[in-house]
Amino acid sequence: MRILARSPFLTLVRRTGKLSLFVVQRMGRMGLFLVMALFYAATPPLKLDRLLKQIQFIGFQSMLVILLTGTFAGMVLGLQGFYMLNRFGSEALLGPMIALVLIKELGPVLAALMVTARGGSAVTAEIGIMRITEQIDALELMGLNPFRYLIVPNLLAAIIALPLLTAMFDVFGILGGYLVGVKLLGVSGGTYFGEMATYVDIKDVAEGVYKSLSFGILLIWVCGYKGYHTGFGAEGVSKATTQAVVLSAVLILIWDYFMTSVLF
Amino acid sequence: MIQVEELHKSFENLEVLRGVSLSIEKGEVLSLMGMSGYGKSVLLKHIAGLMKPDRGRILIDGEEVTSLGGGRLERLRSRLGFLFQGGALFDSLTIGENVAFPLKEKTALNACEIRERVRYELEQVGLTAAENKYPAQVSGGMIKRAALARALVRDPEIMLFDEPTTGLDPIIGRAILTLIASCHRRLNFTGIIVTHQIPQVFEVVNRAAFLHEGRIRMAGSPEAMMTSEDPVVRQFISGSVDGPIRY
Repeated sequence: MRILARSPFLTLVRRTGKLSLFVVQRMGRMGLFLVMALFYAATPPLKLDRLLKQIQFIGFQSMLVILLTGTFAGMVLGLQGFYMLNRFGSEALLGPMIALVLIKELGPVLAALMVTARGGSAVTAEIGIMRITEQIDALELMGLNPFRYLIVPNLLAAIIALPLLTAMFDVFGILGGYLVGVKLLGVSGGTYFGEMATYVDIKDVAEGVYKSLSFGILLIWVCGYKGYHTGFGAEGVSKATTQAVVLSAVLILIWDYFMTSVLF
Repeated sequence: MIQVEELHKSFENLEVLRGVSLSIEKGEVLSLMGMSGYGKSVLLKHIAGLMKPDRGRILIDGEEVTSLGGGRLERLRSRLGFLFQGGALFDSLTIGENVAFPLKEKTALNACEIRERVRYELEQVGLTAAENKYPAQVSGGMIKRAALARALVRDPEIMLFDEPTTGLDPIIGRAILTLIASCHRRLNFTGIIVTHQIPQVFEVVNRAAFLHEGRIRMAGSPEAMMTSEDPVVRQFISGSVDGPIRY
């Protein structure tokens, strides 16, 4: 029996089993975390002051970074798009190309990544520090639900702010593309916006809105979870923050592909 | 009032509590002593319902804490105050806002009544001048006193103090213990104090218990503790490096 227990094959099976159990357990915990967050978000009472504060933090304070990244993303698209379309003599389609790429893909994805980097990381760090300094235990002992107090306001703030930030990103991106395509490279302004009106459908806008809404839920789910279940000490918080940003970014891109290919 | 029966708790492969049994009468203040890392804070967190044991149970007024959840646990916690080791003050709120927080969230008092109550509690702990300061702007002793004011603001029936004097100089440490004693006289709560401030803590408690290797090795009056013949207890009380306790 002892010889069997030490066999490399059985060791491999044991380790694989242990790893599988660990992964399943983590996924279950994360799934449960999301279900609880959504349940508490859908049922009263709501901490309105916390919600407004988080909308201000996640939404309003992200506007500058959205303005900058949106404008420059649109400018790059303007440059690249113009030279590509020029090969086929289709410069007139620059406006709709930029608008569709931004509204359907780049706007929701890049806005979500920017909010993850700026707001999501802060959410993980704040909740993580509250965990290691026993502030979350203190909340529980006061009879307050930490989910309602910490997770729900962030979740609702992201659901409200992200579509608006995405819309801003799209608008600034289109204006950035206009600056390069029309003002620098000589595409007609009327054509730029006129063709856009012809080719961009409300369905495309809805696609972007659905994506940004789901990204908002996803990033707070991951960042909130990582903060809530942070490790010990400053190192634990630092690790949790890094993991939260990386995992959110990866999941946003995977989920984006899934939504594009399956749902639309 | 508080009954701990055969409590067991392990963290991965480390068995921290190995059958702790302890009882505390109503209005009594007990000092819980023991080596660092031997599970005193873990025991307090079990009593507060913040942790679930592997085995055993805790009864408060006959109600089993370990199986409570939802509204019943919340009701029990409304009778309980907890002074955390690091204070656990909300760092985004001022000292005054921290003390006001439980009243704002869990009572129907209006803003004026809350302000009055907060001022009274801060006066009791000598922190009136620090009302508008943030936790990061005050000393460790002031944080402990502010946390004490917050824990006491709802007049708890049970108070759990997790190392209220750790990290403080002996004078401030003694002042905190004296403050706890005066609060006990005012509110007559049932309390457990985890501290290494020996023998000063014996002046403010009715009884002491010594937690060693996951069990209560001795429980009795402070005098009995001081004159104990048990070599383990004697070594701990005297703070000697020579003796049966390996560190």
